[in-house]
Amino acid sequence: MVSELTVLFRRRRTWAMLLALAAVPVLIAVAVRLATSPVAPGRGPPFLDRVTQNGLFVAITSMVVCIPLFLPLTIGVVAGDTIAGEAGLGTLRYLLVAPAGRVRLLIVKFAGAAVFCLAATLTVAVSGAAIGAALFPIGPVALLSGDTIGVGESVLRSLLIAGYVTISLLGLSAIGLFISTLTEVPVGAMAATIVVSVVAQVLDALPQLDWLHPWLFSHYWLDFADLLRQPLEWTSFGNNALLQGGYLLVFGALAYGRFVTKDILS
Amino acid sequence: MTSATPSVELAIETRGLTKRFGHQTAVDGIDLAVPRGAVFGFLGPNGSGKTTSIRMLLGLATATSGDIAVLGQEMPGRLREVLPRVGALVEGPAFYPFLSGAANLRRLDTADPGASSATRAARVNRALERVGLTHAASKKVRAYSLGMKQRLGIANALLVPRELLVLDEPTNGLDPQGTREVRSLVRSLAAEGTTVFVSSHLLAEVEQMCTHAAVMSAGSLVAQGTLDDLRRVGQAHVRVRTPDVADARRVLAGLGLVADRVDANRTAADRSAADRTATDRFGAPGDPNADGLLSAPLADGAVAAETIVAALVADGVRVRGFSVVGASLEERFVALTGEGFDVVQ
Ligand SMILES: Nc1ncnc2c1ncn2[C@@H]1O[C@H](COP(=O)(O)OP(=O)(O)O)[C@@H](O)[C@H]1O
Ligand SMILES: [Mg+2]
Repeated sequence: MVSELTVLFRRRRTWAMLLALAAVPVLIAVAVRLATSPVAPGRGPPFLDRVTQNGLFVAITSMVVCIPLFLPLTIGVVAGDTIAGEAGLGTLRYLLVAPAGRVRLLIVKFAGAAVFCLAATLTVAVSGAAIGAALFPIGPVALLSGDTIGVGESVLRSLLIAGYVTISLLGLSAIGLFISTLTEVPVGAMAATIVVSVVAQVLDALPQLDWLHPWLFSHYWLDFADLLRQPLEWTSFGNNALLQGGYLLVFGALAYGRFVTKDILS
Repeated sequence: MTSATPSVELAIETRGLTKRFGHQTAVDGIDLAVPRGAVFGFLGPNGSGKTTSIRMLLGLATATSGDIAVLGQEMPGRLREVLPRVGALVEGPAFYPFLSGAANLRRLDTADPGASSATRAARVNRALERVGLTHAASKKVRAYSLGMKQRLGIANALLVPRELLVLDEPTNGLDPQGTREVRSLVRSLAAEGTTVFVSSHLLAEVEQMCTHAAVMSAGSLVAQGTLDDLRRVGQAHVRVRTPDVADARRVLAGLGLVADRVDANRTAADRSAADRTATDRFGAPGDPNADGLLSAPLADGAVAAETIVAALVADGVRVRGFSVVGASLEERFVALTGEGFDVVQ
């Protein structure tokens, strides 16, 4: 497992993706700072209008901006690469004759992708907090429910949101892992995973498919606003965790079924 | 296992091992028997099924049918017990280009749950030293030459002491110096008691480092045994060219030699068909003046060549050509696998 993370985080590609994610809050903060007219409430991404009053909202706004595309993009690259990347390099056969054990390898690979999800969301959160603190005043945060919390409490809430987003991405990671067992071409698995995440969001936006929406892994992705209420509203957190757990089980089982019997011919 | 329990005397044993890809049979019912302690050459032209067989031995691919035992245990059923005792190089080396040579070995070593992390650094250094890569240990594999990668692949197989090494074409991409080094490495490993199973498409290589060999052709195992056994089958032959085929055959039989007609380079298999339609330069059968070519295996020291010629001439056989063709593994290999560069489909 340590070795898996070493390999993941010794790649320049991993750092490039994290760097790109860190750049998003910086871009947003600088753009808002340089704008002459204040942002009108209700325009632009949610929470954008609050950024000038409180720098802590940079992180939250950035999260909202990154969730639909940037985060799934990086997760798609990492999760799609898990097995297919090793197969493409040919190292998969050496891992298996070591013998790494096929189930053990799948679990370690998924855990690696999950750690990356956490690293990616924390990157956005930390970079957002840092640039927000640098460019805007920091103070007690007014919650959606009207209550006000202190800076310390608001940092906790930010971490909670990062946790929520990380969990949100686990379903997609499991899908990526499964797709990755189907091919020896990592780029194909990455692209397919990203396409799946886009399709899910498109379906989620079609009102005709109401019945399907609660089953889409992307359905609760943006519902972390509940964590900005007082008292904490855990319903969407629970629903989301349950849904992602379901995806993890189903696609984990599919990946297992596929990988355990697969002929490694690369 | 359908039949008797796997023998402990054999490092590798297969029964009717078969692998089909769609309609194509890549490995066709082979029965390998690799004795412990042997340096076993797995010889065959490109595409004859060597790598596919090795993948099945190592549990990377499942056999379509047949049984496998490695180190006396059933595969792939006992994979967890067997594979830590087996070092392997399969279808060329493969590494993470963005990691150094030493980091690659550490990574692959952690994949083996039985490998101790306390001794890891020392074992990696020792393996690198053994293949002469110490100076390139911290270099990224991206910057390695093919030969260096090949050496690193062998180093990976040597990370822990192994009972069996499976090396698939280990000298591919190596310069002559590297080839010699691999050969001496294999010899020293064998001297330590490791069984080495090495595949190659080069006869010379097998001849120089192996004690045993098996020959693959188009997915089938066509010969197997010690090198001496294989040479013995490919023994010397006397060849007689004469129009008096029947008389010559009789004389040779009197000397204890069993002669076969081998006109126009035909092999035994298609000779009878050819006889029926023969219109080649040896003439149709029945033409009393057309030459025929007889060949008879000549056991060592059985009959002297000059005795054979004298006997033939004394009997009035018109001897128009006579030769003794020596035995070589080369000849045997060509006879078994066919000549030329045709990739067997
Ligand atoms: N993944 C595959 N799919 C279909 N056919 C394959 C595959 N791998 C190998 N083959 C076929 O199996 C045969 C044996 O290949 P291989 O075992 O690689 O030969 P060798 O190692 O002796 O050169 C070849 O004819 C090859 O075309
Ligand atoms: Mg091969």
